[in-house]
Amino acid sequence: MKSDRPEPLLAVRGLTVAARDKRGRETVIVDDVSFDVAPGAVIALIGESGSGKTTISLGCMGYARPGCHITGGSVMLQGQSVLDQPLPALQRLRGKDITYVAQSAAASFNGAMRIDDQVIEIPVITGAMTRAEALERARGLYAALGLPDPDTIGRRYPHQVSGGQLQRLMAAMAMISDPRLLILDEPTTALDVTTQIEVLHAFKTLIRDNRTAAIYVTHDLSLVAQVADHILVLRDGRMVEHGPTEQIIAAPRAPYTRALMDAAHVMPEEIASPRIAAVPEAPLLQVRGVTAGYGRDREIIALRDIDLSIGHGQTVGVIGESGSGKTTLGRIISGLMAPVSGEVLLDGRPLAARVAQRARGDLKQVQFAFQMADVALNPRQRIGKILGRPMRFYRGLGQAESDREVARLLERVELPTAFAQRFPPELSGGQRQRVNLARALAAEPRLIICDEITSALDTIVAQQILDLLASLQKDLNLSYMFITHDIATVARIADRIAVMRLGRIVQQGPVDQVLTPPCHEYTRLLLNSVPEMRTDWLDQAVHERRRLVAALDGTPEAKR
Amino acid sequence: MTARAAGWRWQLREAARDLTPGVALALAFLVAVAVVGLLAPWIAPYGEGQILTNESFEPPSAALWLGSDYLGRDVLSRLIYGVRVTLFLALVITFLSFLAGVTLGFLSAAHGGRTDMAMSRLNDAMLSFPALMLALIVINSLGSSFPVLICTIAFIDMTRVFRVARALASDIMVMDYVEAAVVRGEGKAWIIWHEVLPNALTPLAAEFGIRFTYAILFISALSFLGLGVQPPQSDLGVMVKENMQALLYGAYTTLYPALGIAAIAVSMNVFVDWLLQRSSAKLPDEI
Amino acid sequence: MKLTEIIGRRLLIGVATLLFVSVLVFVGTEILPGDVAYAILGRGATPELLQQVRDRLGLDEPLVVRYFVWLTATLSGDLGTSLANGTDISTEIARRGSNTLILALSTAVVAVPLAVALGLLAATRPGGAVDRVISGASLALISFPDFLVAVALVSIFAVQLGWLPAIASIRPSYDLFDWIRVLILPVLALVFTILAHMVRMTRSAVLNVLSSPAIEMAILKGVPRRRLLMRHALPNAIGPIINVIALNLAYIVSGVVVIETLFNFPGLGRYMVEAVTNRDVPIVQACAMIFCSVYVLLNLAADILAVIANPRVRYPK
Repeated sequence: MKSDRPEPLLAVRGLTVAARDKRGRETVIVDDVSFDVAPGAVIALIGESGSGKTTISLGCMGYARPGCHITGGSVMLQGQSVLDQPLPALQRLRGKDITYVAQSAAASFNGAMRIDDQVIEIPVITGAMTRAEALERARGLYAALGLPDPDTIGRRYPHQVSGGQLQRLMAAMAMISDPRLLILDEPTTALDVTTQIEVLHAFKTLIRDNRTAAIYVTHDLSLVAQVADHILVLRDGRMVEHGPTEQIIAAPRAPYTRALMDAAHVMPEEIASPRIAAVPEAPLLQVRGVTAGYGRDREIIALRDIDLSIGHGQTVGVIGESGSGKTTLGRIISGLMAPVSGEVLLDGRPLAARVAQRARGDLKQVQFAFQMADVALNPRQRIGKILGRPMRFYRGLGQAESDREVARLLERVELPTAFAQRFPPELSGGQRQRVNLARALAAEPRLIICDEITSALDTIVAQQILDLLASLQKDLNLSYMFITHDIATVARIADRIAVMRLGRIVQQGPVDQVLTPPCHEYTRLLLNSVPEMRTDWLDQAVHERRRLVAALDGTPEAKR
Repeated sequence: MTARAAGWRWQLREAARDLTPGVALALAFLVAVAVVGLLAPWIAPYGEGQILTNESFEPPSAALWLGSDYLGRDVLSRLIYGVRVTLFLALVITFLSFLAGVTLGFLSAAHGGRTDMAMSRLNDAMLSFPALMLALIVINSLGSSFPVLICTIAFIDMTRVFRVARALASDIMVMDYVEAAVVRGEGKAWIIWHEVLPNALTPLAAEFGIRFTYAILFISALSFLGLGVQPPQSDLGVMVKENMQALLYGAYTTLYPALGIAAIAVSMNVFVDWLLQRSSAKLPDEI
Repeated sequence: MKLTEIIGRRLLIGVATLLFVSVLVFVGTEILPGDVAYAILGRGATPELLQQVRDRLGLDEPLVVRYFVWLTATLSGDLGTSLANGTDISTEIARRGSNTLILALSTAVVAVPLAVALGLLAATRPGGAVDRVISGASLALISFPDFLVAVALVSIFAVQLGWLPAIASIRPSYDLFDWIRVLILPVLALVFTILAHMVRMTRSAVLNVLSSPAIEMAILKGVPRRRLLMRHALPNAIGPIINVIALNLAYIVSGVVVIETLFNFPGLGRYMVEAVTNRDVPIVQACAMIFCSVYVLLNLAADILAVIANPRVRYPK
């Protein structure tokens, strides 16, 4: 350690964590990780799923999840060994010195207790504050975090406030004892993109104003550039690269870090103009005046008067946040749900409302690819059957023919042909998503509805899937309807874009037109929420966001 | 060897590696009991109703390994035949209740909507009838015989199986892979057979074990109340009842069949617990 | 949906279920083979006498009419008279019912706190020594049929040791001490039959809660163990535990039939078994209705309590 550095607040040395499976076999999931956290500094742990980033952050609190245990290394908090503390001392340490903000506040708050009681629980039971003092401090924190009604919000139960608010309330809970170190574990991942920056900004302000040191755990490099001073890149439980934020972003040394940078969710520098057919042709699929709703009498309106068309070989991006109706639109087109009014036309012919009434030949043309490949593929069916069934069902192939076709298809999606004998749980997430896509292809469709198919994937894997989609489109003249919340992705791959909000399409057109000003306020809000890799971006973005949100509150679709 | 067979053998090998000594013992015991039941006429040293001595509750000897019962018959032979009857009844009952319960439960879940609602409510109402009470009323008015016993208990059990099968299938029906089959245009039968059944198989196997145990206990209880298996035939429950006085004479005759029932049930429960734990499968709460 | 609305709906479903059960009980006891008139008259039956009895009991009326006559009578508390000896069923049920109630309540008072405590104890350290003993013992215990447990208890405490009576008959002269002496064995037998199930179900309900992210969060906040269990885990496990308790209390209904018969206890269960053997249809109907109603009402109560225990329902958005 260099002598000019200040004494670290937290020093992690050679931390190693192992997991034990049902048969008692041990696997190392965190391998020899070392880093320092200086007082008041923020370090980011970055990595994809399985990189061990959460396990490390829990290890800093002397905690290992059931089935895991810390097998080596040390964690020193200002000269005090965290891992050697007896349980009562560890409990005091967790309540006071190192505190934690979990990924999903909705699941991590106790549903049977009022929020205030949970926020002030530790200082009150340890006698550090009286109830009144603690409540006063909590209200101060609520206000500092920009929560509405700071005086009364804590009297509610967790299910009575929104996800973004809960996440901030959890930060208040972590900050109430004035901890020396705050651990934030993917605190904005579960939130909608436009809420995300507001929460991130609240956290950043809080950390800065209290001069609290923090460990920020995330998979998203572009987000972390806004808050962290140092970045530690992890992969498979090992350290890949460690350095100041500016260095990692400007000049990453490890190839893996570069790959992460390339796949990060940032807007492309330039939006390509869409490929336009030389001769205007009739669209492949048209949605005309569709209105749809849920509920017993379909009275909860999810879609209002939607018009959309998808041309041959085109990619149409449908973007919006949760509750915008984008998935419902996909379900209407595929016939999983019937509209209240309006119709869907294929090649100019109206399609029956429901799957059961549609001809097999029509069903074949439009295929659906689900978001989560791990639940979209039957875990008890071999890949060969999953892919072979649509071939037999739509194309009437026999056993031998479909076996050959399955092999060809697996090659096409860049998977080994031997995978036909495997079951989905034996595959990795990215491989499963390829199978998921291959199943849609097996029907030889003309249109594939892709419902958030890259959202659950790690960034690098997601990029590979997007590349595959592009190459398939080139070879097979496929059309895609690409449903997503991620405007940066859509900007790169779509020819046309439809922006949805609260069940309506607020703006649609060729991608370059929609995404270049002047555009709809909501499109601007989405664009404004895409992180940029410069460190001063967040403050500007939050400022802009507040202006746009105020403007949007006056638009017609907000008044339901 | 086909790939499919290789897959099954691989799975069996994996399962065998997970066996703990206790589970292995329970499994071995169940297999042994099944073999004894199957081969009863060849294994039993004496006939089922053969009276061998005038002495009731004779202590165990070289000739009568477990002594004699209240009529002077060989307890061991009667135990072996009793196991045969008990296992036969329990197996047929459980099989029938599963055939009906799983079919109806899956159909109800796959159909959804009002049909599902109506079937579930009807089933719930039947579940609110204490099982033993229903059996008492029906068996008493129809007279006890194998067909009556089997049909009555199978029907009672079916309502329980229905509940479990429906709950399992409902959970599976909302999975995306089922939706993928629906949007492809597959029919209900295909979906039930190819999508739902394979995923419900492990918990259903566990439920089969539970219901099988329940059937054994239920028949024994009925036999004990005098409504189950009728003499001269006997199952383990009848043997407990008819040799109750043995306790007064300090003999343990009645304990052998009692322990037999308990040992079968314990072994089955140990196996079921292991099966559920291994596959992390969960059954809907039941009683 | 508002709390009152939800409870109202559950109550409505409960009433509907009870009506359906009444149909089942009535039809089940009426259409089964065995002529009631013949059962009353026995061997001395002549065609004329049979017809007389049928007229008196209204047996030739259509089934639907008889059902409504029976239902209105039952609802107004008139349960009819025994076919075998002409005694008033309501009086008899009041007497025996209170005996059964004492038996069942004593069982519940012992079994419920014991089972919940053992289940909690096992769940606090899953896989630990205490858990292994409790889980192993309860697994063994659910494998024993209730009559076996009773037989074992009788053979040890009544026959071998002679401490307690093997037969639980009740005399009017009994004081509290006599009652306790008589009740110990039957109550113990009943407790054993439901205890194991209740312990297992409580354990898994609590374990389910303990593996939730909310509990991990509480651990990471440094909440002490005791408080973790009592303030964080238990309130969330209350709903499932109430369900477990109700299910098992309802199971006592079946249990009393066997146990009362075995101990010759003058309760409703034995009353019904005797009536079933004698084909005394009105008694069977009355008893079956009572048992089924208890069953339905217990489940209904559990349902409603679970709803009330859920803050999502108490404090809607």
